[in-house]
Amino acid sequence: MSTTTISIPSIKDVPQGRLGVWVLIAGELIIFGGLIACYILYRLRYPEWGEQAAHTSTPLGALNTIVLLTSSFTVVMSHTASIKKQLNKIVLWMSATIGLGLMFLVVKSIEYTNEISHGFTLTSPSLVAKGESVGANFWSFYYLATGLHALHVIVGMLILFIVMMGARKGKNLHRVELGGMYWHMVDIIWIFLFPLLYLAK
Amino acid sequence: MNHTKQNFWTKYVFATDHKVIGKQYIITGLIMALVGGYLSYVFRMQLAYPGQSIPLYGDMGPQQYNAFITLHGMIMFFWFAMPILLAGFGNLFIPLMIGTDDMAFPTVNMISFWIFFVSTIVLMVSFFLPGGAAAGGWTMYPPLSITAHQPTFWGSFFTGQTFLLLAVALEFVSMLMGGINFLTTTINKRAPGMTAFRLPIYVWFANLAGIIFMFSVGPLIAGAFMMLLDINMGTGFYDPYRGGDPILFQHLFWFFGHPEVYVLLLPSLGVTAEIISTFSRKPIFAYKTIIYMALIASVLSVIVWAHHQFISGIDPRMATFFSVGTILISIPFAAIILSYLATLWGGSIRLKMPMIWTIAGIGSFLIGGLTGLFLGSDTFDIYAHDTYFVIAHFHYVLIPVVIFGTFAAIYYWYPKYFGRMLNEKIGKIHFWLTFLSFHAFAFPLFFSGLQGEHRRIADYSSFDSLMTLPIQHIRIISTIATIILISSQLLLIINVFWSYRKGKVAGRNPWEANTLEWQTDSPPQHGNFEVYPEVYRGAYEYSLPDRTEDFYPQNEK
Repeated sequence: MSTTTISIPSIKDVPQGRLGVWVLIAGELIIFGGLIACYILYRLRYPEWGEQAAHTSTPLGALNTIVLLTSSFTVVMSHTASIKKQLNKIVLWMSATIGLGLMFLVVKSIEYTNEISHGFTLTSPSLVAKGESVGANFWSFYYLATGLHALHVIVGMLILFIVMMGARKGKNLHRVELGGMYWHMVDIIWIFLFPLLYLAK
Repeated sequence: MNHTKQNFWTKYVFATDHKVIGKQYIITGLIMALVGGYLSYVFRMQLAYPGQSIPLYGDMGPQQYNAFITLHGMIMFFWFAMPILLAGFGNLFIPLMIGTDDMAFPTVNMISFWIFFVSTIVLMVSFFLPGGAAAGGWTMYPPLSITAHQPTFWGSFFTGQTFLLLAVALEFVSMLMGGINFLTTTINKRAPGMTAFRLPIYVWFANLAGIIFMFSVGPLIAGAFMMLLDINMGTGFYDPYRGGDPILFQHLFWFFGHPEVYVLLLPSLGVTAEIISTFSRKPIFAYKTIIYMALIASVLSVIVWAHHQFISGIDPRMATFFSVGTILISIPFAAIILSYLATLWGGSIRLKMPMIWTIAGIGSFLIGGLTGLFLGSDTFDIYAHDTYFVIAHFHYVLIPVVIFGTFAAIYYWYPKYFGRMLNEKIGKIHFWLTFLSFHAFAFPLFFSGLQGEHRRIADYSSFDSLMTLPIQHIRIISTIATIILISSQLLLIINVFWSYRKGKVAGRNPWEANTLEWQTDSPPQHGNFEVYPEVYRGAYEYSLPDRTEDFYPQNEK
C-alpha cells in the first residue's frame, strides 16, 4: 500500500475543518470570557471606573463597531461567492474585509493616540500621581482588552489574506468559510467590549 | 491517503504521523520527569540535612530551594504528566482505537509538538538566568511572584518568572491545538460502526480531559497576560494600592488549577479501564455509568476551585458551598473505582506487569482520595492548609494515578509500538522498588504535616518544635525513599532498551485484547491499517459463553 490512495471510511457529520474551527473559537471565547469577567467584577466594585470610561470616545468606538459589522457582511459575501465558485468575487469581498479590518486598526490607533496624549496609558502615571490609582487600573484593563482584541484582528487579517491567496487560484475554497468563522468571532468579541468599555459610564 | 517517500527529517523529526508524535511527546516528557525528579532529590536532601553540601549539587540556599520546589511542581504537571498522559498517549492511541489512519489535522499536530518542545527549552533556559528560575511557588501567587523583580521592561523580562509564564503560555497553546485535534478526530474520523458507546473508555476520558482543559484554561491565560504586564510594564492588576487584587489571580489560577487535576486523572483512569478489563477477561462493569460519572465529575470539577482558598478570606457561606461541591466529586470517582473493582470481581485475572501497576495504582489512589475528603472540608483544611499533609495528599493522588498509570500504559502498549514484549522480571523488580519507596516517601508526610510542618520552608532548624526526633526521622526516611524512588527508574530505562533489541517478539495481539489497535501489525505501518476496520461490537466483550476464544475483537464479524 506504499503509493496507493485509499479512502478511509469514517463518520462525517460536520466537515472536519469546520469542526476544528468551532472548537478553536470556543477556546478563544473562554480566554476573553475570563478577561471580561474580571472587568465586570472590578467595574461593579469601583465606581471610579465609570468616570474613566467617560474619557473613551463613544463616537469612534461606534464607528469601529459599524466598520466591524460591515466587515462581517463582506466576509459572508465572500463565502457566498465561494459556494458559487466565483473566484474574482471571493478576492473582491475578501480584500474588502481585510480593508475594513485595516480601517478598524486605523481608527483604533487614532483613539490610542488621543488617549495617550491625555495621559491615559497602560500605567497612567499622571492618574496615579493625582491619587486616582484605581482609575489608572481601568486603563490597564482597557489597553489589555482592546490590545488583545486588536491582535486578533491582525491575526484574522493574516488568515484571510492567506485564504484569499489560495482561493484566487481556486485552491482550498472551503477555507473561505473557515476564515469567515474566525472573523465573526473577532467581531463578536468586539460587540461585548464596546458596551463594556465605551457605554458603561 | 498518500504515502510519499520519507527521509530522516520527515520521518523522525518533523513527522506528521501520530505514532511518531506520540513517542516524541512521551520521550520529552520522561526526560523532563528526570529533571523534575532530580530537583526533588536536591530539595529533599536540603530538608533532611539542612546546611550541608548536597552530593551531585552543592550548597543550597533558600532562593534555590524555592526555585526548585516551584519548578518541580510546574515540570511534573505541565511538562511530564500532561504531555505523556494526554498528548502522548492520546496521539498514540486515539487514531488506532477509533480505527483511522491519523489525526484530523496532522500538520497542526506536528506544530503543536514543536511548540511544546520550544516551551521546554524556554523553561530550561530560565534556570540559567541571572536571577535564577522562578521562585514564587508553582501557584505563582502575586504579589510574591511580581514584586520579586524591578518593573523595568528589559530588566524584568529576563527573569525566571517571565520565562516561566512564557513557557506555560507556549505549553498551553500546544495543548489547546492538541485538544482541537483530539476532539475533531474522535468526532469525525471514527470507523463505521464505532458509535459513541462502543468507544474504548480511554478515548472517552482523553476527550473529556481535553474538553475540561480547553474550558478552564482560558481565564488563566487572561490572568497570565495581566501578570506579565504587572511584572514587565508596571501595571497594577494585582496591586491593591492600584485597585487591583491579588486574590483575583488565585481565582483565575484555581479555576484552571483544580480541573487540571481531573485533566490528569481521567486519561490515566481510562488506561486503567483498558487494562483492568483485558487482564480480568471480563467486560468492564457498568460501562455507560462510568462515562456518565466522568461527565458529572467534569462538570463538578469547574465549580469547586475555591477550596484552595479557604484561608484567603472567603465568606463562610461560600466556603460551605465549595466544601460540599468538593466532597460531592468523590461520589463519581468512587463509582468509577467501584466499577473497576467489580470488574476484577470473579474475573480470571492475569497478573502481568500492566495489571500489577494498575492494581497498585487503584489501591494507593484510595488513600489519596480518602484524605481528599478531609481536605475538602473547610474546617479541617484551615488547620492543614499548606502543611505536609496536603503534600502527602496530592502525591497520593498524583503518583498512583499519573506515574503508576504511565508505567501500566508503557508495559501494556510497548509491544504494540515497538513489536517486542518488555521483560517481566526486570519489570517486577522495578515495580516493587517503586511501589515500596513511594509509600515510604509519601505516607510519613501525613504525620509530619499533622505535627505542623509547613511547606516552602527550606530549613527548619530555627523551629524547635519541628526539630524533635520523630519529625527529623520522618524527613530522613522520606528523603532516602525519594532517592530510591528516583534511582529505581533506571530499571525501566534499562528494560526499554534491552527489550527493544532482545525482548520476546510480540505479534499482533499479545494480550488477547479486543480494541482496534491490537488488530493491526506491531508496530503499525504508516496509515495504521492494511484494511480499514468496521466495528460490530463494544470494546470489552470478553469471555462470551458461546465463543471458543475468550476475546472478541471489535472488528470481527
